[in-house]
Amino acid sequence: MFAFIIRRLIQAVFVVVVISILAFAIKQSVGDPVRAITAQSVSAEEREAFRDQLGLNDPIIVQYLRFAKSALHGDLGNSFFYQRPAVDVILSKAPATIELVIVASLLIIGLSIPMGVFSAIYPNSFFSRLLMGASIVGVSIPVFLTAIMMVFLFSVKLGWLPSFGRGELVDLGGWKTGMLTLDGWKHLVMPSVALSSTLLPLFIRLIRSEMMEILESEYVKYAWAKGLTRKRIWFVHAFKNTLLPVITVGGVQLGILIAFTILTETVFQWQGLGFLFMEAVERADASLLVAYLMFVGIVMVGVNTVVDIVYGMVNPTIRITGVK
Amino acid sequence: MSSLLEVKDLVIKFGLRTGDVTATTGVNFTLEKGQRLGLVGESGAGKSVTGFSIIGLISKPGFVADGHILFHGEDLTNASPSRIREIRGNKISMIFQDPMMTLNPVLTIGTQMTETLLAHNPKMTKKQAMEKCLEKLQKVHIPSPEQRLKQYPHEFSGGMRQRIIIAIALLTDPEIIIADEPTTALDVTIQAEIMDLIIELCETDDMGLILITHDLAVVAQVTENIAVMYAGRVVEKGRTEDVVQNPQHPYTQGLIKALPEGSKGSNRLNQIPGMIPTLTNIPTGCAFHPRCPHVMDVCTKYEPALIKVQGMDTESACVLSSMRETGGKDGK
Repeated sequence: MFAFIIRRLIQAVFVVVVISILAFAIKQSVGDPVRAITAQSVSAEEREAFRDQLGLNDPIIVQYLRFAKSALHGDLGNSFFYQRPAVDVILSKAPATIELVIVASLLIIGLSIPMGVFSAIYPNSFFSRLLMGASIVGVSIPVFLTAIMMVFLFSVKLGWLPSFGRGELVDLGGWKTGMLTLDGWKHLVMPSVALSSTLLPLFIRLIRSEMMEILESEYVKYAWAKGLTRKRIWFVHAFKNTLLPVITVGGVQLGILIAFTILTETVFQWQGLGFLFMEAVERADASLLVAYLMFVGIVMVGVNTVVDIVYGMVNPTIRITGVK
Repeated sequence: MSSLLEVKDLVIKFGLRTGDVTATTGVNFTLEKGQRLGLVGESGAGKSVTGFSIIGLISKPGFVADGHILFHGEDLTNASPSRIREIRGNKISMIFQDPMMTLNPVLTIGTQMTETLLAHNPKMTKKQAMEKCLEKLQKVHIPSPEQRLKQYPHEFSGGMRQRIIIAIALLTDPEIIIADEPTTALDVTIQAEIMDLIIELCETDDMGLILITHDLAVVAQVTENIAVMYAGRVVEKGRTEDVVQNPQHPYTQGLIKALPEGSKGSNRLNQIPGMIPTLTNIPTGCAFHPRCPHVMDVCTKYEPALIKVQGMDTESACVLSSMRETGGKDGK
């Protein structure tokens, strides 16, 4: 198991390096930084001198290594708009997105497992049929439309929930959280529901189809023949096997969840990374874009690594090959 | 005194959208304590579904439409689900066909063994259960069982897994073991080992065995009684020795001729022409008549009953046998 984790971590580092190359490439192609800094009256010679000074005439490898070195020190350049280090800007906005993603993930996990398992065990019940119909609708409606419809219904018509922002925040040593106040929670409800609206039905369907297949398998039939209780057959024998593909797909989908925050945060004016990213694109804030890309990339790699390790813990065959 | 297991006029149907399809009709057999019975037939003859019906586990949409399954005189066909659960895996254990598919890949052997004991003995502690598992693993000749309990199914070979499944079947000291093609998925060399092990255990613990197989040779070696099934019907039934040496039904005769040792002298194996009918398309009269070498007009019209052949213990469902009984007078 230990060797397996180490190997997986080495792979993760490799992926991060690739991401940094991509980020560097974006920085290179977004535009000439000299042009952004200097005024029109600056002569060509002065510009050239400036380029030398900034190291922009060095070989591309040298430039990349310089970029990587400062990135390792947590320096991804300054944001033009905020006039602060891009990393600081990202870190100040990250809590909002992380809280949103966590609440949405908990919603997905907490609802999809019981619903998926139920509809696999009783595929012909009224509730299962209803769930399957509703989930098709859920998968088909894009996040921003769900979000706008929710705002229309719950904020405009009913006036129950606030339509934008994070509400009252509590500062916990730099981490501004909305999870400690009632107002913060009220603001969290709609964005997190909207964010989970496509993935939740997807997970219900995934769990249902996997579990139905496993309920038909020989080893489940054998478990019945051993005279085990229904609970044990469903929740130990069948569910544990259902988890394997769900974990694999789930890890990838979590990345999609982060990507969807861009839409959700834009609709709800949620001051998180997705919102920041949209602003950065509009302002061509290259350093901020690079910092966002690096941050999301590292989070994705981290999540996938954890998912793989969890998978290895659930699936005994993986563990053995990991030891070799 | 009632028999250990008595299957009476068992009719199993499958409920399809187009109507019910009959999988077995009028299956009768009894099993006494310590007896070994072979259920023989081609794929689709209804032998597995008969075996599963005993522990109330016919795959959907199958159901017992008629008849009785009496275990110590208690009718299992109308017993409550919780009562059936008490019996299955406890008094009546089952061994499945493919050991590679039967064990749950994500649970250790120890878990899969102890859970059976704990399900039937709520008062048993985990430690007691473990000890019992070790005892049974030794009984099926698994070396160093203590370590084996911690391992997962993929760390075992097919033969080893089938031994473990046999050990699981033995855990609760059952009165009957139903073995559904227990050696079909194994290598030929392992087959003999596993079969010997099953006989040995049945003899030492005086357990009843229902061996479901298409392999007449295995049944001949292992069982005392035999029931040959064709298209959901028992076509011949009797002491294994009698049936194998002196088969009465043309289908059984064909099966025995098809064995390698039955094809004396010739280089090719004998075969029964044609295929077993599908359940939706069972021929009229005797279901075997399209393939029967002795087919007569009467065979296409009337389904022969399973009756005792004169002068023998064997019962056969063939017009020829009844002709023999009555001297051939009413067999038109």
